[in-house]
Amino acid sequence: MPQKQNECRLLSVSSILGYGFPEASLKTGLDRAPHYIGVDGGSTDPGAYYLGSGECLNSRKAMKRDLRLMLLGGVPRKIPIVIGTCGGAGSEPHLQEVAQIAREVAREDGLKFRMALIHADQDRTAVKGWLKDGRISALRNVPELTEAIVERSTKIVGMMGAEPFMRALDGGAQVVLAARASDAASWAACAMRQGMPPAPSWYAGKMLECGTATATPKGHDCLMGTVREGHVEVEPMNPARRCTPLSVATHGLHENASPTLHEEPGGLLDATDCEFNAVSDRAVQVSGMRWKTRPYDVKLEGAELIGYRAITICGTRDPVLISQIDSYLQSVRDDVAMRASNFGVSPEKYHLVFHVYGKDGVMGAAEPIKQFTSHELGIVVEVISPSEEDAKAVLAIARVVVPKVDFPGRLCKSGNMAFPFSPSDISVGPTYKFSVFHVVKTEDPYAMFPTEYEEVH
Amino acid sequence: MAKLRDLAKVCKSKNAGPFEVTIDVMFETKEIYDKVVKSGVINEQLFASLYGVDAKDVLYTPYPAALALKGTIPRRISSGDVGDTDVYGAQQHAPLLDVEIPM
Repeated sequence: MPQKQNECRLLSVSSILGYGFPEASLKTGLDRAPHYIGVDGGSTDPGAYYLGSGECLNSRKAMKRDLRLMLLGGVPRKIPIVIGTCGGAGSEPHLQEVAQIAREVAREDGLKFRMALIHADQDRTAVKGWLKDGRISALRNVPELTEAIVERSTKIVGMMGAEPFMRALDGGAQVVLAARASDAASWAACAMRQGMPPAPSWYAGKMLECGTATATPKGHDCLMGTVREGHVEVEPMNPARRCTPLSVATHGLHENASPTLHEEPGGLLDATDCEFNAVSDRAVQVSGMRWKTRPYDVKLEGAELIGYRAITICGTRDPVLISQIDSYLQSVRDDVAMRASNFGVSPEKYHLVFHVYGKDGVMGAAEPIKQFTSHELGIVVEVISPSEEDAKAVLAIARVVVPKVDFPGRLCKSGNMAFPFSPSDISVGPTYKFSVFHVVKTEDPYAMFPTEYEEVH
Repeated sequence: MAKLRDLAKVCKSKNAGPFEVTIDVMFETKEIYDKVVKSGVINEQLFASLYGVDAKDVLYTPYPAALALKGTIPRRISSGDVGDTDVYGAQQHAPLLDVEIPM
């Protein structure tokens, strides 16, 4: 454990590894002698595809650029580098990809460091055991978990808290790469390890996990968070940005159901009585946060393959068709069903969805405006099927039907739709949904997150 | 009466996890914020009726520190599932813009 200090300076380089940041901001941050450098690596926000497929959210090139600058900045200065939710979703292939990039940078730039990899993949059999033992519960507005759902999930990860990061740093790691982690956990770990109380440490994590989302203007850039006994100070490193009391308070609303209560592994961060005060025209001090220790639970996230997707994009400028779009699309659906059944793919084997832009493409059934006035409509025709071949076949026949189906008063006898591309059929490949979004009670914050160390050179 | 779009400085939506969407309305001054809160127009029931969900599933929190009101609603279709129209939940705020507030 490091000596207790009267403050802990944490430099977050960006919102997500691979989103980029100006080099000058990193340099300004390094001149302030941070105790730790880090970045969050991911989010559930871009959808379950990344967890399900193992593909990284950001390109290798973009992640390597960011990681190289972090390693070159941190390793020679002996500043530990901490990254949570590596690669986008923080499952094993994501972690391994980022680890591989770190090894490459070390080789190319002659760096030597001790690296910890913290894993977060969870075995389906173990998850079923927890379910049987009654240790798993659903989060608000999430369906109950069943054994069948666990069985169908292609990948399940646990979201680690601060403890595995602290252990890795105590184990001498100069670079900590973690699979799925609470966005704030890596930062909270660094500050608590330096003797800071949990409340400002976790709050700092909330501010730092999104780079300069706390600043105005917002952007992907470097933010310094300084944690002291009873408060946190945040300041963007780019002189073009400032933190104001309102910009910082506003960030508390970000991607969270409650603006004030943040559930974390092992406790609840309560920001109800936070005060936001400017300490300069660019830095803000936040105080008054509270931490309430609670029984430890770990969030589980799982992805399930829902099938293979094929789409085509087209549009109509025909007023007669637009005036009867719903009945026309029903005719299309019926005709596709008949023709696809003819080649052996009956309607229960696929989903056919019309996204009608100009009508309700953005809000779907929740769209309150029923009388629309668009002079043109854009339609994304989507087919999802458990069989990739069936998805492509049904989409192909839909592409034939959509321009040809007849409707009352039709004048555009040569074709109902404008297709902007040839080929017009787009095979999107496997598609996933979140199947598991639950918490499991555990006594041990480490057991689900094994750590290994390697000497990288 | 004034429309919320003319009173708010920010009105936005975003996922709060894949099963919920959270909608934030922020105001420029404490005076406007207080008037809107006191009007009592914005509450769980309003979100429920605008988005066709049960009021008991809505989490509504005024947040004076940010001069903000936050409503979190369940998604009809979870992010990325069949039929979803907005993976990030980033364009679900519009029904609030036309809400009338007595000023």
